Amino acid sequence: MTMTTQRPLEITSLTKVFPTPSGPHVAVKDFRALIQPGEFVSLLGHSGCGKSTVLAIVAGLSSASEGGVIVDGKEIEGPGLERALVFQTPSLLPWMTALDNVLLAVSQAHPALGHREQKAMASKYLDMVGLTEYANQRPTELSQGTQQRVAIARAFSLEPRFLLLDEPFGALDSITRRELQDLLLDLWEQDRKTVLMVTHDVDEALYLSDRIILMTDGPESRVGLELEITLPRPRSAEGSLDHPDYFRLRREVLQFLEHHSKQFSSGGHAGHSNKKSSAVVV
Amino acid sequence: MNLLKNFALSLVGATLVVGLWALVSTTISKDLPSPIKTWTESKVYILQPFDKRGEMDQGILRMAAYSLYRVAKGFLLAILIGTPLGFLLGNSLLLSKMFDPVIQILRPISPLAWLPLGLILFRQSEPAALFTIALCSMWPTVINTMQGVRSIPQDYLNVATVLRLSPWRRFTKVLLPATLPYMFTGYRLSLGLAWLVIVAAEMLTGTPGVGGFLWQEYNSLIYSHILLCILTIGLVGFALDRLMGIAETRLRAA
Repeated sequence: MTMTTQRPLEITSLTKVFPTPSGPHVAVKDFRALIQPGEFVSLLGHSGCGKSTVLAIVAGLSSASEGGVIVDGKEIEGPGLERALVFQTPSLLPWMTALDNVLLAVSQAHPALGHREQKAMASKYLDMVGLTEYANQRPTELSQGTQQRVAIARAFSLEPRFLLLDEPFGALDSITRRELQDLLLDLWEQDRKTVLMVTHDVDEALYLSDRIILMTDGPESRVGLELEITLPRPRSAEGSLDHPDYFRLRREVLQFLEHHSKQFSSGGHAGHSNKKSSAVVV
Repeated sequence: MNLLKNFALSLVGATLVVGLWALVSTTISKDLPSPIKTWTESKVYILQPFDKRGEMDQGILRMAAYSLYRVAKGFLLAILIGTPLGFLLGNSLLLSKMFDPVIQILRPISPLAWLPLGLILFRQSEPAALFTIALCSMWPTVINTMQGVRSIPQDYLNVATVLRLSPWRRFTKVLLPATLPYMFTGYRLSLGLAWLVIVAAEMLTGTPGVGGFLWQEYNSLIYSHILLCILTIGLVGFALDRLMGIAETRLRAA
């Protein structure tokens, strides 16, 4: 077990081609990444750059046209409970209570447990996101932010080794977003799961990640720049945002998004797409 | 207060229609029994609604009960066939492309057309009536269930996929609950159709029930009883629709 958990998640020259009426559309081309155990990595890029496509393939919801995703030395075939996915929308089943939504995941991940134990476990995870008192409410009775908390509880209740987040806070107002970012950081600090998060929010990526992978604009989007975010952990809004490195990193990301990405996509294969930033903060 | 006002308004509407009926029966069409004549000739059926005086001479609610029982059987048959069929067509683009044109062609066929076929196939009036009711009333169930399955948000299906639900759990935990409101809309429309069909079926097969009674009284030239049957059919149909409507709202709220 310890052997396998030490292995990185590897994305090998992943290419995704969508058939369209006007011919094949290469959304992602030759995307490579190595995500170390316990690492929090963000995929950042303009909307439509294919970052969600990459995540969907890692989650097993979509299949790669070429290349693939390697977990524990094996190429994945479809979804797996060791990879939990939090969607952009809470995606709770509206006919179930918050608890039952989590319970559904628990019962899938721990089928050997009795119903009572499964329920206790689901409660524990709802408790962890601060929703004990909302257990018996239905999603429609909960705010968007609270629903997303339930979705986070559901993902953690699978006790996955990999957490995949698809713009999980994109639909929330800025205050709720900040709250949930802190919640996520708290939960992550407890056992440091390997995280791959898709976002288009620069500050979110900087605040949460160990590393940001910037993607070039599509079509044929790929890794444009990788940036180590060595802001000290544990992070907090006050401490991290005031850190002198923060603004430098932020400027670098924004510069990439404004200029570099276009250059890369128009430049075809020119340049080394996997180069690490020279601006690694040590 | 609003409820009372609405009730008063519908009472005014009904009174106007009865007035028109009275007017037509005294002026244009002398054959049409007037509202008063209808009442005096029918009151024995209404005031002793569960009496049984003979095979085709029974209280109106007793007649309606026969019809309802027959409708219930036909309707049950319709949804037992229609629901799985709807799920099948909703899940498979291939099947729906294959069968959609057939359904569109079968759907508008009148019960009067199906009934003789049923009689040929089953050689008895009762199964022929059920055959007709089921065949005519199941299409809204098929189409709405199919639509419901197709309208399941991709998010829910993705949840089922990433949680690796077994096909059975995927069905019971996601597909079925997501489709249920659509199914019930289908059931409601199907029940309305089934009730429409029962009258035609009973008229032609001569079995006891509101429709059978109506046809017999037409042949006996007792026109006021035809009006009694028409009103009963309307009221029962209205009550059925309301009941299904209540069930439907309960379901959506749940």
